[in-house]
Amino acid sequence: MAFSDRLFLTSMAIIGGVYVLLIAGMLLADFAYMARQSVAAASDQEGWFSVITHSPIVDALRDPKIRYSIRLSLISCTLSALLSVFVAVPLGYLMSRVRFPGRRLLDAFLDIPIVLPPLVVGLSLLILFQFAPFSWFAPSIVYQVPAVILAQFSVACAFSVRTMKATFDQIDPRCEQVARTLGCSRFQAFSLVVFPEADRGMITALTLAWARSLGEFGPLLIFAGSTRMKTEVLSTSVFLEMNVGNLEAAVAVSLIMVFGAVVILVLTRLLGGAPEDRVRALVRPPESAGRPSGLQEPGDGA
Amino acid sequence: MIQLEGVTMVAGNFALRDISFTIPTGGYGVLMGRTGCGKTTILESILGLRTIQAGRIRLGDVDVTELSPALRGIGYVPQDGALFMRMTVRRQLGLALDIRRVSASQAAERVEELADWLGITYLLERYPRGLSGGERQRVALGRALSFVPRVLCLDEPLSALDSETRQQMCELLGEVRQRTGVTTLHVTHNLDEAQRLADPLFRLADGRFERVDASVGRGAP
Repeated sequence: MAFSDRLFLTSMAIIGGVYVLLIAGMLLADFAYMARQSVAAASDQEGWFSVITHSPIVDALRDPKIRYSIRLSLISCTLSALLSVFVAVPLGYLMSRVRFPGRRLLDAFLDIPIVLPPLVVGLSLLILFQFAPFSWFAPSIVYQVPAVILAQFSVACAFSVRTMKATFDQIDPRCEQVARTLGCSRFQAFSLVVFPEADRGMITALTLAWARSLGEFGPLLIFAGSTRMKTEVLSTSVFLEMNVGNLEAAVAVSLIMVFGAVVILVLTRLLGGAPEDRVRALVRPPESAGRPSGLQEPGDGA
Repeated sequence: MIQLEGVTMVAGNFALRDISFTIPTGGYGVLMGRTGCGKTTILESILGLRTIQAGRIRLGDVDVTELSPALRGIGYVPQDGALFMRMTVRRQLGLALDIRRVSASQAAERVEELADWLGITYLLERYPRGLSGGERQRVALGRALSFVPRVLCLDEPLSALDSETRQQMCELLGEVRQRTGVTTLHVTHNLDEAQRLADPLFRLADGRFERVDASVGRGAP
């Protein structure tokens, strides 16, 4: 290879490598900190087992407040992810297949939850529930568990819609047209031909929405509050522990979230189909917003 | 019979105006023209996938201008086959019969018969992924013929095939015509293909539609 070519590729690798190192460094620092604290706490004890039992992570897992927060996170993320995909499938399909006036405008409009500062999303939700008919339901939603799910949904769904639109864009519309000439109604063509082909896209949309919901914080803080044992999810736990100066617990909860996010990432890679599909669907940034689809952002918007 | 009468279609900046032609019952019409001249647009109008701005479209003695694609009863083979990726070949061949609530045993019999005729019996349990170009087109053709349509529309069905497979498919298309007597409209940009099969041959150029004598057509674009 010519020297200039090598120089070019090396420069690219160095610049790109800095970011890879940054990600690796952040995760390693969390683990190193946790290991140091565990060893320090177990210094007067014998054996490796005591290091594990004295780990702040184990402490966190013993704490009923954190347990509640883990449980609420799992439930709310799952519900908001399911809800996101349920909405994203029809919306993504319409955006991909139907040409109507104002389509491009609507396409940009759907990016609003992605580009809007998270705190503003929360505030806007709060204000929305001051007006009828939303205000009628406000007492059972605002600062209650449903607010957690709604706040997560309102941002996560935008990512699902992007993913589903990209999925339907990749499915040849000719197949549907052939199905219609074979006697299928539009609904039959969709349910028999298009929907089965979109399964991998739906899994990606689901996991992306789930991970996005897990990291949601700003809107939650404003719209659902941060009441312990009530509207506390994992990102809220990190914030609350930091507030009382308990860095150990905050890092411990963060690592629990890292674990959750990694599980989701691996699941997506395993179920997400052909490499080129999943790279396009998962890594592809939203078209108009330059913001990455952040899988793990515990402090997002704080 | 396929009959277009003063049909006008507009798609964005592109427009075809006052198109009229007739392909008699049992005829094999071939429509030739350069890529992008509107051949597919005409085909889509006949199939009902595109609304037309003026004119009438008749199939046999039925005016289908306002009918949905599902009710027109046209077999359609698009360029690359557009096979359903998540259905076995057997299911694709039987889909139109399922939709029409044909009894399972009758449908199965029809699928076997079609597969045998098209030489794709060995593919029946397979999914489209990994099928060769020729196999895909046979499956697509079988799927289009499964419900015994009165009209068959083929959009560049041979363009993605190597020359040997193309020869075989050409023969097969001739056989389809003989055996079923289905009225066909075949769209292509390949002159050789057009001359072999056409009866009658049409040419579309610069928005004008004209009938050409298939034997004299040699040398035309």
